[in-house]
Amino acid sequence: MAESEVNEASKNPKKPQKPLIRVVIYIISHSSLFSLICCIAGIVAFLLLPILAKNTYISENALMPGSANPMFSGHETIEANQLVKEIMSINPKIVAAGIEIPRLLAQHMERTGAEVYCHKFHAQMNQFHPLQFFSASPYTLKMQENSSCGSHGINSVGIIRAPRGDGKEAIVLVTPYNSSKIDLSEALSLGLAYSIFSLLSRVNWLAKDFVWLAADSRYGEYNSVAAWLKDYHTPVFVGLKEFDTDTCAESSYPHDWKEHSTTARSIPDVFGRAGTIAAALVFKVVDRQETTDKDTLNIYSEASNGQMPNLDLINIVHYLAVHKQGLHVKVEKFYLLLNSAWLRIVGEIFELIGKVAKNLNPQWKFGIPAADYIEGTATLASSVYYQALGIPTGSHGAFRDYQVDAITLEISPRVSLNNEARRPEFLLRGGRLIEGVIRSVNNLLEKFHQSFFLYLMTSSGKFVSVGVYMIGFALLVSPLPVAAAALYSGLRTSDSSLNTNKHKANPSSTEAYGTVLKSWRWLHAAKVVFVVHLWGVLVSLVPCLIIQLPERTPTSSMLAWVSLSILSLVTLYGILGSPYSYIISPQYQRREWEILKAVMIAVASIGLGLMSIINYATAQIGAVLMVPMCLLAVPLRHISRSGMSRAVLLTIFNLVVAFLSFPPVTMLLIKGFSEGFDSVSVGDFWIWAQSLWTWNSATYLYLILIHLPCWALCIHILLHPC
Amino acid sequence: MFVILIFFTVLAQCFNGKEVEVVEEEEVFTEELLLRPLPDRKVLTHFHFEHKAPFHHQHYRLFPKAIHQLVQKFRIREMELSFTQGRWNYERWGGFDPVSSRNVKPPGVELWAVFDVPPNQVDETWKNLTHTLSGLFCASINFLESTTAYSAPVWGFQKISGGLRYGALPREAVCTENITPWLKLLPCRDKAGLASILERPSIYNGFYHSQRLRLISRGFESQEGVKPEIVLQQTLTAVLQSDSQRTMTTNYGKKLQTSWSIRSIFGRKPNDICVLAKSSTIFLELDRGLVYELNKLGVELDTTSADNAAFELTVIPTRVIKEEKSSLNEGSPVVYEFSMDKFSPGKLQDIGLTWKHPIVWACLQAPYHTNRFLMGSGNERGSIAISLRSTHSGMGSRIDNVVDGSKVEVVVFQVVPWYVKVYYHTLQVFIDGQPKMVADVVEKLHVSPSEDKVSTGAMEMILKFPSDANLVVLTMEFDKGFLHIDEYPPDANQGFDIPSAVISFPNSQASITYLKENFTSSPMLQKFKEKSVLLSYTEVLLVPLATPDFSMPYNVITITCTVFALYFGSLLNALRRRVGEEERIFESKGKFIYVGDSTKIRLVPLLLQKLFPKLRTHQQQPQSSSPSSLLRSKLIFKVILVAGLAIGWHFYFG
Repeated sequence: MAESEVNEASKNPKKPQKPLIRVVIYIISHSSLFSLICCIAGIVAFLLLPILAKNTYISENALMPGSANPMFSGHETIEANQLVKEIMSINPKIVAAGIEIPRLLAQHMERTGAEVYCHKFHAQMNQFHPLQFFSASPYTLKMQENSSCGSHGINSVGIIRAPRGDGKEAIVLVTPYNSSKIDLSEALSLGLAYSIFSLLSRVNWLAKDFVWLAADSRYGEYNSVAAWLKDYHTPVFVGLKEFDTDTCAESSYPHDWKEHSTTARSIPDVFGRAGTIAAALVFKVVDRQETTDKDTLNIYSEASNGQMPNLDLINIVHYLAVHKQGLHVKVEKFYLLLNSAWLRIVGEIFELIGKVAKNLNPQWKFGIPAADYIEGTATLASSVYYQALGIPTGSHGAFRDYQVDAITLEISPRVSLNNEARRPEFLLRGGRLIEGVIRSVNNLLEKFHQSFFLYLMTSSGKFVSVGVYMIGFALLVSPLPVAAAALYSGLRTSDSSLNTNKHKANPSSTEAYGTVLKSWRWLHAAKVVFVVHLWGVLVSLVPCLIIQLPERTPTSSMLAWVSLSILSLVTLYGILGSPYSYIISPQYQRREWEILKAVMIAVASIGLGLMSIINYATAQIGAVLMVPMCLLAVPLRHISRSGMSRAVLLTIFNLVVAFLSFPPVTMLLIKGFSEGFDSVSVGDFWIWAQSLWTWNSATYLYLILIHLPCWALCIHILLHPC
Repeated sequence: MFVILIFFTVLAQCFNGKEVEVVEEEEVFTEELLLRPLPDRKVLTHFHFEHKAPFHHQHYRLFPKAIHQLVQKFRIREMELSFTQGRWNYERWGGFDPVSSRNVKPPGVELWAVFDVPPNQVDETWKNLTHTLSGLFCASINFLESTTAYSAPVWGFQKISGGLRYGALPREAVCTENITPWLKLLPCRDKAGLASILERPSIYNGFYHSQRLRLISRGFESQEGVKPEIVLQQTLTAVLQSDSQRTMTTNYGKKLQTSWSIRSIFGRKPNDICVLAKSSTIFLELDRGLVYELNKLGVELDTTSADNAAFELTVIPTRVIKEEKSSLNEGSPVVYEFSMDKFSPGKLQDIGLTWKHPIVWACLQAPYHTNRFLMGSGNERGSIAISLRSTHSGMGSRIDNVVDGSKVEVVVFQVVPWYVKVYYHTLQVFIDGQPKMVADVVEKLHVSPSEDKVSTGAMEMILKFPSDANLVVLTMEFDKGFLHIDEYPPDANQGFDIPSAVISFPNSQASITYLKENFTSSPMLQKFKEKSVLLSYTEVLLVPLATPDFSMPYNVITITCTVFALYFGSLLNALRRRVGEEERIFESKGKFIYVGDSTKIRLVPLLLQKLFPKLRTHQQQPQSSSPSSLLRSKLIFKVILVAGLAIGWHFYFG
């Protein structure tokens, strides 16, 4: 038959076929080769990212970082030191220590002539609300009638009204500190922030209002900032009075504030506002001994669901820190990867290629030294990891929920903070840096919009933009639809060939009817896929029940989760029918798993595509795990029919990939490699998943609604009785 | 004969009348400056220049001709134009005295005018007026001409019937180019008189300054007892800090108030008096709170002595003016008058105040402190909240505000641009944390909803609530609109402004009546005496709207061109193709392959049947046809050759 067709085709070379269709057909017919090439290309493109990274540049001209001389001088450092001493002299043993610091801060703020108020909040982490994804900010402020006075946190907030500004916009500086147990580094960050605050209350260039939030991080840094932001943006008017005149207000509000104030105003508990927030800086001093000869600045920028602040904000910090203050700027990286041998090999290969290319043409400069490559990859990996996790890396994440660009700056000195002689210099650097950043943002007329929002950092001064990194992802994902089409069309042709054979032998009307039926055979596969995805939804909701259980440990919760999930799968099969229960004539049975695979792959590609829009990094990591798994999945029985060596190889591959891409295994392996396998336990996955849903991370949804069902379907295919 | 006689008598009367007019109606110009120390070591300076001129006049000596023409051409009955930079701090600088109630304006430009024209011509006149003022004051007031920028309040803004238009431009930057034309309206400009101390850098370095022009003309309809005249009031209110303070660093503990003098505030002192001015006077006012505190200290303020226990004046005042009868049991304001005419020319002294005793006081607050803010986040929707917080420090002022049954009346007037689509039905009122029925609190409500791209939305509302309410909050939800790409203003990414809302307390009157014995003809103090409604402005709001990428037109053009190319390509393809012939060829082939049953095969299988043989041919081609493989290898060889040549060329010559 085929032979005759070929003859026909060669006889009639002018067969009408559009070129596009011809290309598609060509690709589909060579799907396995195409998949292999695309997968490898995708992974290579991903590995190439550190090389393709561009240097950052300041996109918005209005920012003008460092164009003005800093006004922060020795006088301010003395002021800062004074406050630090005052804070450190507060005896932490006394009961009211938690109130003393806010009082002290408010007093100091008042002296600068700023507006001051205290923001009291109840600390409460939220529970798992499956329907709250994307709908609400992670912090839920809940009034508890019987909450003790101890569960209040007190943020002290000072607002400088820009002398000639119109008060439409504001810049926020956050310094978290633990009011009940303050240490020197926190005191230093408060002191520094205060000296900046008092400087800004005197300058005449301020155009936006300046808000200093000394966040009481007794109940978590993020919580205090999120509570303040929530009250800033969505205040509750009902029951306000009761909250203000709390019974325990007597003990928690200082009495003697009024005495010290220079004007006759008392410190009000009125929530002050200052317009739309343009940008926010979270500032911390950390006493971390580094082995560098410079003071170090760490930048944290990942917010929830892989959202990043505008790159310009990072750029100005980087520019000012490196070129003006001579700080050593770092972004988070995986130190583990720095020593990995294979990465070194890859780096050296790229370096070699770069050298060869340079020899060919001196203008081709794409090679970077292997050491740089490793450094870049380690940073990139951490950037991708933290974006993929979808959990903010600091309290700046709270701002991103309100579309405010924010980053955390963590500054650590070269020598110990206890070294008093070195302290003024360190304070001067930090103060000038922050002053410069604030001044830049103050210059900004529009909100941050010029530069990138979608990017990955490969070092503090290099980035990969969305246009570059999407190529790797697209290459990685493109085999999926092709493979699905190839599987489905392969099925078609074999069907039709079977049909035609039969028609030749015994054409009858019942057979024709059967053909029509068979063309809808994918419905069964779709049903199976649907059932498994439904199961995924159930699995994602199970933790709701588990957290109600009393006296549970992470391990027991995890086991409960797994057992309930398996139970629900069995139940679903009981109700809706097992995937293997479909009785078909043996001649089609061989094809059954292929349809299932085609549909599964189609769904997986849709899922990955969707996820790449929500959070690229999750989709990228997911694709690396899922694409090989989906493409390789073949029933083990089917494999065993082919040649010995090939069968063994394929079986091993399949099993390894299927094992690796089971989410808990992946997570535990990553944890094991990074922290050592001694500390890993089954319960860790529970803890990890819990952190995902408390932060409303879409990664949780992806994992349970897309990744897990696909994995389950792959296992189905592996075990298919064909 | 009789007619002639009448004619003559009429003529005589006319002459008589004219003579009388010339005698009694003269142009008058006065200049005054009020200085008042503020609690936070700043000084309030308030210039008041006033022109009075007869309405019907052929030639003016002093009165600016431009303004006269403005009045005549647009038939303006009342008009107020203000340029403001910075915000008035109601909490610290007070909100319950004539200066802060009448002269404080929202940031940017605010213009309102009442016209004496038929209702259907008001809008047209307003448009022309905005253009004229725009030219006169070098400002983009002409942006107020569009109907999307102004509104016509009925009773919420001023109790004036008909012909009132109100508009505000919060984003207008105010600079010297606006003050120069304003000064040109003065007869002595800034060459002599009080205006000569207006040094630009010191004003623009201040904390707040508002330059205002108020025009009142009575004469379009002749009323009994009303003199037909034009009054032009030019005021400049600025909050400044003396030079010594600016450089002074904060030292801890109780501080002395800053001592200041005119020279230390402005950097200049008046040299000459403006000879054209009927009077030029400087007042130094100590407000209620300060006098109260001074009285507590036992300081005597009645005498015109320059020295007392608390402070010392550098110049001996001409006289002391006190309030007639203090309605409040607090201190009553004291005004020191320094008449410039009394000083010999060229020997004008630098008036100043030196503190001797540290003193802390607070300014008198309006009964409610108003705030307005946005709630919610995102580019889709949000809500506006107006909060009225009772200032307990109102010190009896709230008694004034009490209406029957101890209810407080508050009028809210708010203009919202059309792209902020306020849903007025979502109006919610909370009093002290309790949600209230809108009908219980809102006494009168007038809403003119906005129309997309045509008009602004305005809301006028009278609230009545118990006087012991501490916190009253109004919230309204809104949707953010989508603008057409060419409707975005420059710097659209900053966001869009909602002009200040005007909150007035009709039962509170901010006025000071001075003792009869020191009656003064000073127009400024006369003005303070007038009873007027207490006004306060809320903050300007910034609404971030969804903004497109403004390089989008380029992208759109690119994609449109692509779509067009594809469309026309396929159209041409379809037109020039001979479908019938192709079908015949296909049919013949189909018959050859699928005997008889081809009609029952569906479209998708048909296509696949059509396609897949081709695939197989590809796979099997190497074995089946050697000539074609030869052809292909030749092709590949050619491609490699060309590529090699290109690389070589690039390597050696590139």
